[in-house]
Amino acid sequence: MKFRSLALAAAMSTIGFGTTVASTAAQAQAKEQFFPVIVYRTGAYAANGGPWANGYVDYLKLVNAKGGINGVKISFEECETAYATDRGVECYERLKGKGATVFQPLSTGITFALTEKAPIDKIPLITAGYGRSESQDGSVFTWNFPLLGTYWVGADVAIQHVAKQLGGLDKLKGKKIALVYHDSPYGKEPIPLLQERAKLHGFELDLLPVAHPGVEQKATWLQVRKNRPDYVLLWGWGVMNSTALKEAQATGFPRDKMIGVWWAGAEPDVKDVGAGAKGYSALTLQHGAEPNSKVAKDVIALVHDKGQGTGPKDEVGQVLYMRGLISAMLGVEGVRKAQEKYGKGKVMTGEQVRWGLENMNLDQKTLDGMGFAGVMRPVQTSCLDHMGSSWVRVHSWDGANWKFASDWYQADDKLLRGMVLNASRKYAEEKKITPRTPEQCKQ
Amino acid sequence: MGFFIETLIGGLMAGMLYSLVALGFVLIFKSSGVFNFAQGAMVLFAALAMARFSEWANHALGGDSLLLANLIAFVGAGLVMLLVAWVVERFVLRKLVNQEGATLLMVTLGITYVLEGIGQTVFGSEIYNIDVGMPKDPVLMFESVFEGGILINKEDFIAALIAALLVGLLSLFFQKTPVGRALRAVADDHQAALSIGIPLNRIWVIVWLVAGIVALVAGIIWGSKLGVQFSLATVALRALPVVILGGLTSVPGAIVGGLIIGVGEKLSEVYIGPMVGGGIEIWFAYVLALVFLLFRPQGLFGEKIIDRV
Repeated sequence: MKFRSLALAAAMSTIGFGTTVASTAAQAQAKEQFFPVIVYRTGAYAANGGPWANGYVDYLKLVNAKGGINGVKISFEECETAYATDRGVECYERLKGKGATVFQPLSTGITFALTEKAPIDKIPLITAGYGRSESQDGSVFTWNFPLLGTYWVGADVAIQHVAKQLGGLDKLKGKKIALVYHDSPYGKEPIPLLQERAKLHGFELDLLPVAHPGVEQKATWLQVRKNRPDYVLLWGWGVMNSTALKEAQATGFPRDKMIGVWWAGAEPDVKDVGAGAKGYSALTLQHGAEPNSKVAKDVIALVHDKGQGTGPKDEVGQVLYMRGLISAMLGVEGVRKAQEKYGKGKVMTGEQVRWGLENMNLDQKTLDGMGFAGVMRPVQTSCLDHMGSSWVRVHSWDGANWKFASDWYQADDKLLRGMVLNASRKYAEEKKITPRTPEQCKQ
Repeated sequence: MGFFIETLIGGLMAGMLYSLVALGFVLIFKSSGVFNFAQGAMVLFAALAMARFSEWANHALGGDSLLLANLIAFVGAGLVMLLVAWVVERFVLRKLVNQEGATLLMVTLGITYVLEGIGQTVFGSEIYNIDVGMPKDPVLMFESVFEGGILINKEDFIAALIAALLVGLLSLFFQKTPVGRALRAVADDHQAALSIGIPLNRIWVIVWLVAGIVALVAGIIWGSKLGVQFSLATVALRALPVVILGGLTSVPGAIVGGLIIGVGEKLSEVYIGPMVGGGIEIWFAYVLALVFLLFRPQGLFGEKIIDRV
């Protein structure tokens, strides 16, 4: 009995000591801004998820190497989703309790699942180049930030690019455009805009879904061969993209009549197709492969050369690496902007970071100073516009490298704005959300 | 008509490739009564080994002889599959002689995760290339007979021929060699096979090795088509309706099943798909298999199992 009491006392004091240590550690960590890193380095999309994650983490390390965000160091923790929505939600639940102030789900499916959780937990979601297109409307989607562009922007620019190649929007009449898409929320996202454009310009839209993960597309490309579209838009991810290009080659569809979305225009998509993908074009989310940019050189000098690199050194500057790096930069700049209002050198809360993201103003001078000259154009958000930019270029695969093949395009704001408002108001009605007014935005 | 024939041919060639993966399931079930859920992971593992060994060998040879590099890689990957077979027998199956089928199935599920994890850890998770010189461009035939001609994918055609050749060799192996007969005896009854002196442990290593070599050939063909990456493991899902349809114990069943599934899914996607929004070929293959099962629960060529009550 005596021994039991002694053991109990010892256990209690150990717990007490442990709690003290934990709280001390928590206080020590309070000076760090915690960034959850949702990644997929395993599973069917690992080849694409890996470079994104490496770019994201390397940028956080770069910021720390430069002294943090106004002196506040960044801490981070990775959580693996394998691109599965349920695992993504698990990651969110696990990491939000660790002081997460901004999430980047890296999956449209996970974004759909988290959109209703974020307002409750008061944690903003950055979905740069993916997610719900109508979430551009910040009056309804208060916590979503599809920065740099949505799939409606991508689809709009893809049609503009096709029209330019044909000689004008009026030349689209009577043409046939096929959309070969990943049969998932991601792949279906551009359909409403393409249907709207088809109505406006009189082209025929052929919808061809491909089941996850997209390794078997023979039937799809037999239909392409049968229907003989003038252009194919490719809305794939991971192995679906390279398989589509190989099937296009096997069915004799010209690759220079194929335009991919920005998630179908990176090195893993074409590397093992090689010359078979020559002439294939894809949209860019502003940036392309940027190994010569200043920011990429900074990463090499301050992170990789110090033995702190996350992935292989030769990956720095590749398309998806840059996508991850820029995504991290947007999160960091949200925190930096928030600090301008709530106190430099302080750790920001989710609500404060949301304000920072909503008032972001990255002009060209700032971007150039950060090492993004030639990589990005300005991003300016507002309470009503959570996207901040809709600039897109097209790059083309020359058999060995991605090279820019167009000047800058900008999505048709008039068309987009109407569609975004219609969809977001519908969402607001369904979810009984009262949209914020411009006056409320100022508060 | 030309397009219909083209779809049909495309389906037949895809079906042959499914058969190749289905063969791995059949081989192990036929020889050991284990439904090997890890067959897809074995395809991925073998293809990863082949791709990386080929890359390393090519680099070591100074890029002079791709053929020699591929031969070295094939032997190396074959040895890796031998190691896998030995490890599976020594540390997994040996402890489970005469256990329930469900237990063995669950064990193969575990092997799936282990192989997928180790494969990606050791060989990497990027997309790797297997270049065995397969032609990529199509050939157009019968242009004077059908409008637009019939497009044949040369790569698929050669792959189908290789698959057919492998099936023929395996049929001979099972029917005409003492080892093949021993494999069938083990499948019928582990204990009875042991009692007449068949070395169960060695037989299991042999059968897993043969399945490993089949996985390697399937991995090379699929890897050459798709690139070697994680999704190769999901190719096994395409072969499941094939073994359901063809029967788990029949090598010819795997072939006929593969052809029916291949043709069925392509025709359904092309002709029925557009009416219902497309993307139906995966589940349609299972529906097709289930319809056949309504009439022949043991599959087209499977053995009817009669248990004494």
